[in-house]
Amino acid sequence: MANVVLRNVRKTYPGGVEAIKGVDFEVGDGQFCVLVGPSGCGKSTLLRMVAGLETITSGEIDIGGRVVNQIEPADRDIAMVFQNYALYPHMSVYNNMAYGLRNRGMAKPEIDKRVREAAQILEIGPMLDRKPKQLSGGQRQRVAMGRAIVRQPKVFLFDEPLSNLDAKLRIAMRVEIRKLQRRLSTTAIYVTHDQLEAMTLADILVVMNGGVVEQIGNPLDIYQKPATTFVASFIGAPPMNLTPFRPGETGIAVSGNAGGILGVRPEDLTLTSGTAPDGGVRYDLTVEAIERVGAETFVYGARNGTADAAAVSSRPGELPPGEIIVRLPGQAAPAIGERIVAVAPRDKLHLFAADGRSRIEL
Amino acid sequence: MVENEGIRRYVAHAILWIGIAIVAFPVYLAFVASTQDNAVIANGQMSLWPGGHFIETYYKTLFVGSSGTTREPVGMMLLNSLIMALSIALGKIFISILSAYAIVFFRFPFRMTVFWIIFITLMLPVEVRIYPTYKIAADLNLLDSYSGLALPLIASATATLLFRQFFMTVPDELLEASRIDGAGPFRFFKDTLLPLSRTNMAALFVILFIYGWNQYLWPLLITTRDDMQTIQVGIRKMIVTSDALTEWPVVMATSILAMLPPVLVVIVMQKLFVRGLVETEK
Repeated sequence: MANVVLRNVRKTYPGGVEAIKGVDFEVGDGQFCVLVGPSGCGKSTLLRMVAGLETITSGEIDIGGRVVNQIEPADRDIAMVFQNYALYPHMSVYNNMAYGLRNRGMAKPEIDKRVREAAQILEIGPMLDRKPKQLSGGQRQRVAMGRAIVRQPKVFLFDEPLSNLDAKLRIAMRVEIRKLQRRLSTTAIYVTHDQLEAMTLADILVVMNGGVVEQIGNPLDIYQKPATTFVASFIGAPPMNLTPFRPGETGIAVSGNAGGILGVRPEDLTLTSGTAPDGGVRYDLTVEAIERVGAETFVYGARNGTADAAAVSSRPGELPPGEIIVRLPGQAAPAIGERIVAVAPRDKLHLFAADGRSRIEL
Repeated sequence: MVENEGIRRYVAHAILWIGIAIVAFPVYLAFVASTQDNAVIANGQMSLWPGGHFIETYYKTLFVGSSGTTREPVGMMLLNSLIMALSIALGKIFISILSAYAIVFFRFPFRMTVFWIIFITLMLPVEVRIYPTYKIAADLNLLDSYSGLALPLIASATATLLFRQFFMTVPDELLEASRIDGAGPFRFFKDTLLPLSRTNMAALFVILFIYGWNQYLWPLLITTRDDMQTIQVGIRKMIVTSDALTEWPVVMATSILAMLPPVLVVIVMQKLFVRGLVETEK
């Protein structure tokens, strides 16, 4: 039971590469914190710094009121689940879970009790005598979780634990990890690049990019009010449509602003034959592609007659400039090549400064 | 097609049998010679079937020794060879696994330099450094001793290299998981790295045991006393080139006996080797 506090944490590798450029946040006791961001954003490095597997160049990491900068991983009272599980291949499932406890000199009956308890919670009781390679991916995942929970640590650290599982299992394990963490009410920090995992698991979501924190907060708050264009396009699938914005172009009036970037989520756009609602936005599109996934349909359209679309730069994971995605419920969709009009009301619009680094409240 | 397959199979088997015959016939001949009377062999009248002197010859070879220049029984030589080959194989594995562990898992100044220095010794086998090595062994009073037989051959770049390559395939996460589980460097080595290296150690042991067993030049130099002689050197000394008659049955029996331990090692270790391969997964 502990909170985790990061104070101006930095990591510079020998050679001068700055992986973490000053990160501050706090995870409250029993909270589930998810670090999310594209690969190379420093989220795993940050987690490994909390674990003690990477040194901290400057700043402080505090676990349960104790600065742990100089403390060995084993003594930080944390447990970690690795992406490839890192199970000891030559040890049985039982020994994999018991190893850490034995190294701490715990009494045998206590070890046995804890391992059996964990095995029961994770439903791996019948597999205790097997070797990791005799288990399926999902079962190995459970053993890795078991190894973490027998320790009864202050903090769980998860490093993309579900990325080696198939899609169906991933969803099942996601729910299970959340239930388990609630049940044990242990503080957890979870790293993922999957925004869906991030949204569904987090109490606090930390969106990272390029070694800095872009936004911290409740997942739904972040979804509703992304602070930067990066967060806007990273959280939510398909990503938010971002188009250059000039005052007066639509009905939106922004006082004293020369211009910026306008964002509309695909799910907030509706097709219409009429005009835009008052103060809203209107896109004239030519349908280029259609994706039907059953419950919903995504329409990819190119804007008619806008040559300046490229003004919003395209970052990895973002749309090609000038392309607008519209999410329609159900399976009805226009034909490819058809001209359509998509509109969104004013209260669904997001406006960002021209550099994309800050949000302008409408 | 079917007939073709059949013919091909027969041809393949025929070739295999020819190969086996080429390898095995001299060994068989040596065995036959070891069971014949010396006079028969000397007359050139040796038959291709085993004679009746099996027990007599092997008893004499193992416990009495030939009546030629070397009077030491072969049992003693076998023991000497065994001690030398085991010390070399186990010593090499011990030293190399430790140095490979240091090179792969620890960050210390001049780590790569150390690695290259070890690597360069590949170019300096005993034959090249024979005089200085002999001098050192002599100065350290290692002549006619088991340590003298084994120590200079123990340092091994090959084995270090092999373990290094293997250690580099061990995922970093395993080390990190150990650190979080509270295992220090020694525990990680003992509990994780050693069990994972079992297969490699078994394979290396086979190769190194045979390497040590087959040593000829070094034991020839370092030992002068008959009771410190290894079997490889002993066989050579039994073959008399002067007027006396070589006791061929004893020589052949010694050869057969010299072949047995490596064969046994291969047979025994092969099981472990295969089992290790099947069980281990990173």
